[in-house]
Amino acid sequence: MGFPHDHDLEIGTILSRHFGDPKARELDTWLTYGGYEGLKQAVEMDPGEITTIVKDSGLRGRGGAGFPTGLKWSFMPQEKSGPHYLCCNADESEPGAFKDREILRWVPHLLIEGCLIAARAIRAEHAYIYVRGEYFPFTSILNDAVVEAYEAGYIGRDILGSGWDCDLTVHIGAGAYIAGEETGLMSSLTGGRAEPKIKPPFPAQSGVFGKPTTVNNVETLAAVPMILINGADWYRQWGTEKSPGTKLWCCSGHLVRPGNYELELGVPLKDVIYDVCGGAPDGKKIKAVIPGGSSTAMLTADELDVPSTYEGLQEAGSSLGTASPIVLNEDTNIVRAMRRIADFYAHESCGQCVQCREGTSWVAKILKRIEDGDGRLSDLDTLYDLCEQLTGRTICVLADSVVFPLRSSLDKFRDEYEALIGGRA
Amino acid sequence: MKKVHPAVVGAQPFQLAEHRPVERLFEDAEGRDRLEKSLSRYPEKKGALLPMLAYAQERNGWLSPEAMEEIAEALDLTPAYVRSVATFYTMYAKRPVGRYWIQVCTCISCHVNRGEEVFESFLEHTGTRAGEVSEDGRYTVIEAECLGACGFATVVQVNDRYFENVTPETVPEVLAQLEPGEPEA
Ligand SMILES: Cc1cc2nc3c(=O)[nH]c(=O)nc-3n(C[C@H](O)[C@H](O)[C@H](O)COP(=O)(O)O)c2cc1C
Ligand code: SF4
Ligand code: FES
Repeated sequence: MGFPHDHDLEIGTILSRHFGDPKARELDTWLTYGGYEGLKQAVEMDPGEITTIVKDSGLRGRGGAGFPTGLKWSFMPQEKSGPHYLCCNADESEPGAFKDREILRWVPHLLIEGCLIAARAIRAEHAYIYVRGEYFPFTSILNDAVVEAYEAGYIGRDILGSGWDCDLTVHIGAGAYIAGEETGLMSSLTGGRAEPKIKPPFPAQSGVFGKPTTVNNVETLAAVPMILINGADWYRQWGTEKSPGTKLWCCSGHLVRPGNYELELGVPLKDVIYDVCGGAPDGKKIKAVIPGGSSTAMLTADELDVPSTYEGLQEAGSSLGTASPIVLNEDTNIVRAMRRIADFYAHESCGQCVQCREGTSWVAKILKRIEDGDGRLSDLDTLYDLCEQLTGRTICVLADSVVFPLRSSLDKFRDEYEALIGGRA
Repeated sequence: MKKVHPAVVGAQPFQLAEHRPVERLFEDAEGRDRLEKSLSRYPEKKGALLPMLAYAQERNGWLSPEAMEEIAEALDLTPAYVRSVATFYTMYAKRPVGRYWIQVCTCISCHVNRGEEVFESFLEHTGTRAGEVSEDGRYTVIEAECLGACGFATVVQVNDRYFENVTPETVPEVLAQLEPGEPEA
């Protein structure tokens, strides 16, 4: 039995193989599954060697932007003039995404091991795991694993007798999507409002507590131990040149078998939706798919025959994001769905930038008006204008995030907007 | 006193049905222990702010102005600063809430799986309006943004527990499971 479903296309690396197995959370069992073998190697290696292997593997950040992980690590100062920090981003709050919580709750030791290896690669003496506040039950599982790992000498002083010291602290948020943006996360971790900051300075220069910092997503870090153990070429047996490896999918919305699946990058999106997840329930047709989480451009049912790689979805005018397709069936009111998405961004804007604070609420208000039958055709022009104003003008890309689904819904489902407007100029 | 490892002291569940209220947070052994351990994990005192706000809520069930002042004093911050941080985050209760703080996700994936109806059903079965405390002090129901479990819509969080695949019809079952002695979901 797989967890929660099984499919032939699934690839069960250590990342997902033990989902559903509560014994995997316990250190004794985890060690029999090969746990901490990567750390044993890492403590004997130079930071630069670790970074090179991760670079060669082509691993890209799984937090949404797909930035090459080894390259990011190489931006950290090679000579230390003070502390370095690693922040593991477990704030997972993008609508559609629910993969990091599976890692936290089924394979917490894998994440701890990944954090430690990354910390060694970037010469950090302290790793913080920032988990969204709501994830209490999953954080508690992680907490138990962290305490166990400390007591067994995998974290703390003189790790595995190597003379290397590294601490790890779990820190929880309290309900703010914007704390997932890396500079917002750092503001929050230092005891502030989770307000993003203008870059430069980049985190590798001045991050958390003003020190060089690397922020990586949970899934990114959890992929590191297996890469170190098996090598870059092993990891490249899956995926494409630009998008190597496997990816944990989060499939939701109108699906027969929603849930998490570890798949090779490059699987056609339509196979993920129809084959792996069984398409829409009750024999309904699919109207649209938001492929990478709510901040990515909608695709119509006719546009799903694309390889699910970073480059493939970009060519299709959307984005792989966090590989979190939200599926909407033929009965879905696109304007109403889009309004609900806009409500999210309006609610979660931190308010520092006027364009974002005002613009996202404005979008939500206009969509609500159209949904309620009080819209006008000129509202569509206003929405397109707002798309312009919300793009590329703000401190972080939360503002841009609403534009991708909005513009694509206007372009591809204009008839639905017009039907609700009913010809009023 | 609950023993907490310093590495996870800032990551304790802080929304609980059972409260252990104190007037002064850092005057008993537990409070001082939490404060000292938190301070040991960050190079600046300010780093312990979110952990201490969470701790106040864990003990008292909400974040009172007095607790915020005490935290400000302990961390060498101004009360105004502490308030400005506390009000930024939606999970800190700035006034008392029901023992069961029920968050119903109505964000996109739950929205298309009857999330709003589930929300209405909770209001009906608890006899409350959104955000209000029920007369018996038990329930507060609010609409939530994505709870990060979208494949199992509709998702409902009650204090430190998750309930998945909730439908308007199964709301009474969820409420029944909240009472002590009922098996975990
Ligand atoms: C508004 C916003 C929210 C974000 N939320 C998250 C999040 O919840 N988790 C995450 O890992 N990255 C999130 N990111 C991306 C982070 O800024 C950052 O790129 C990422 O954590 C880097 O890790 P990676 O390189 O391993 O992907 C968010 C970005 C933005 C703009
Ligand atoms: S773009 Fe929005 S969320 Fe990002 S910093 Fe500006 S106001 Fe805050
Ligand atoms: S949309 Fe409801 S949990 Fe994500």
